[in-house]
Amino acid sequence: MIDLFPFLGRMPEGVKIWVVPYNDSNALKIPLFESVKAGFPSPAEDYLDACLDLNDLVIKHPAATFFVKVDGDSMIDVGIESGDVLVVDRALDPINTSIVVAIIDGDFTVKRIHKDKGQLFLVAENIGFDPIVITEEMDFQIWGVVTFVVHSLR
Amino acid sequence: MIALVDCNNFYVECERLFQPRLSNKPVVVLSNNDGCIVSRSNEVKQLGIPMGIPVFQARDELLFEGVEMFSSNYALYGDMSARIIATLRQFTSAIEVYSIDESFIELPKDKDKDKDRKAHCHHIKETVKKWTGLPVSIGIGMTKSLAKLANKVAKKYTSGVFDLVNHPRHEKVLDYIPVGDVWGIGKRYTEKLNQHGIETVYQLTRADDKWIQKHLTITGLRIVMELRGIPCLPLELTPSPKKSIGRSRSFGRSVTKIEDLKQALAMHVTSAAKVLREEGSVASCMQVVVETNPFVEPYHGKHITAKFETPTASTPAMIKCAHEGLMRIYREGESYTRAGIYLTDLCSENAIQASLFCEPNTERSRDVMEVVDKLMVRFGRHKIKWASEGLKQKWAMRQAHLSQRYTTKWDEILKVGV
Repeated sequence: MIDLFPFLGRMPEGVKIWVVPYNDSNALKIPLFESVKAGFPSPAEDYLDACLDLNDLVIKHPAATFFVKVDGDSMIDVGIESGDVLVVDRALDPINTSIVVAIIDGDFTVKRIHKDKGQLFLVAENIGFDPIVITEEMDFQIWGVVTFVVHSLR
Repeated sequence: MIALVDCNNFYVECERLFQPRLSNKPVVVLSNNDGCIVSRSNEVKQLGIPMGIPVFQARDELLFEGVEMFSSNYALYGDMSARIIATLRQFTSAIEVYSIDESFIELPKDKDKDKDRKAHCHHIKETVKKWTGLPVSIGIGMTKSLAKLANKVAKKYTSGVFDLVNHPRHEKVLDYIPVGDVWGIGKRYTEKLNQHGIETVYQLTRADDKWIQKHLTITGLRIVMELRGIPCLPLELTPSPKKSIGRSRSFGRSVTKIEDLKQALAMHVTSAAKVLREEGSVASCMQVVVETNPFVEPYHGKHITAKFETPTASTPAMIKCAHEGLMRIYREGESYTRAGIYLTDLCSENAIQASLFCEPNTERSRDVMEVVDKLMVRFGRHKIKWASEGLKQKWAMRQAHLSQRYTTKWDEILKVGV
């Protein structure tokens, strides 16, 4: 009570009560159809399965999975195009050559990580883009591992 | 053994997860209608800007310090909260979800060695951070009250996990914490205890049982027992049915017309009645409240209570009642800034006592509500409306700094420049 109406205490009026008699006349009247059974029962009735759920296929850790939308073409050679939706799983540990959503100095990007002789690179999948060398001065963080691309063909 | 997992600056951290440019910057999240500060980043805490302060009182300082402000994005916070709970569930099924950002969990028996327990909790903390991106602190104690205290210590003085069980300086720690920090000891009790020379938690645990019961009632005694390590408050694994449901909100701008107030009340009733039905409950009483700006004189606030002869969960019946109540307390010419309703005296719909002079809640009304609820689930809360809620709500909430619903709306998901 206190939380919701913090100023209720200041209200001069005492609590007035009136009784609302029961009245059904203002209830909406919508006809309800019950399912009708007629004819022969389906022979498949006992074998009905639940539908396939695409989520089962692409989401392994629902609590840790996020969707992000792609804007740009630096990953085009691996089939990630502008407008695609990526499935990102934060529960996974990135390995060498994982495609990740990363943060560099406060900005998000999507790239392939590549480790070579102790040096970390973010590599684009498009010939027109140079690899980014991750140095110690950079504020670098991996946000999640990309597991699937949702790409519309129409 | 119980651990309290509590998010650090939860709303602020939810915003930061999707806007990394905000890390290390001062950030606040505002209450409904952008009224008060309800979540602060550590940078803002260091500036000394207090919790709960109305924005207009802190405006100059917020602007001067370049504090980033956000409106409450409850779609986002609710989803992130559910993700944290789902993450915790892989460690134990014994979870009490205490609030949107706090959960009590029972620690497994095989982790009763001090070292194991602490390592286990660090592992939980790191997993939540990795999976959801949100930082949590964990306090461990023999009881819920002690876990809550340990959590305060964890937040303030450690790297995020603090274990009070078998702590070598247990008494010293308790002697360091003021009684006001104890869960359930409010301002009034704190004053009373201080008057009697009880200032720290340790002193409270040493107080005489009879004295405590006399001054703090049996509830207070239960808290003290908990602080002594004797469990009195079991984990509530299934949420207990609500005792009352309230909905109120201040308007984006003041409202004088009764039609606008009617719309707002209808919206509140619709939202509260839906929760009521989800719990399988019916309400016996409804309170209707309207008020003008409490910071401006002359203040005008009124409330009125309606008692249903037969307890109900029917939205149209309750909207009608809210409007009737409004007619009785509305005064022309007032600039109202807030309206709300409050459903009380709730009971299970199976336990309705039919009134002697009228029929029990009819099947038909219940069927209609079932259809409406199903439509809302299928098409979304805002696709189907009661006409009395109005289509254009001129008085709608002020949410000038709302971020995207990154996790619940396809057209608002995070966009990444690639």
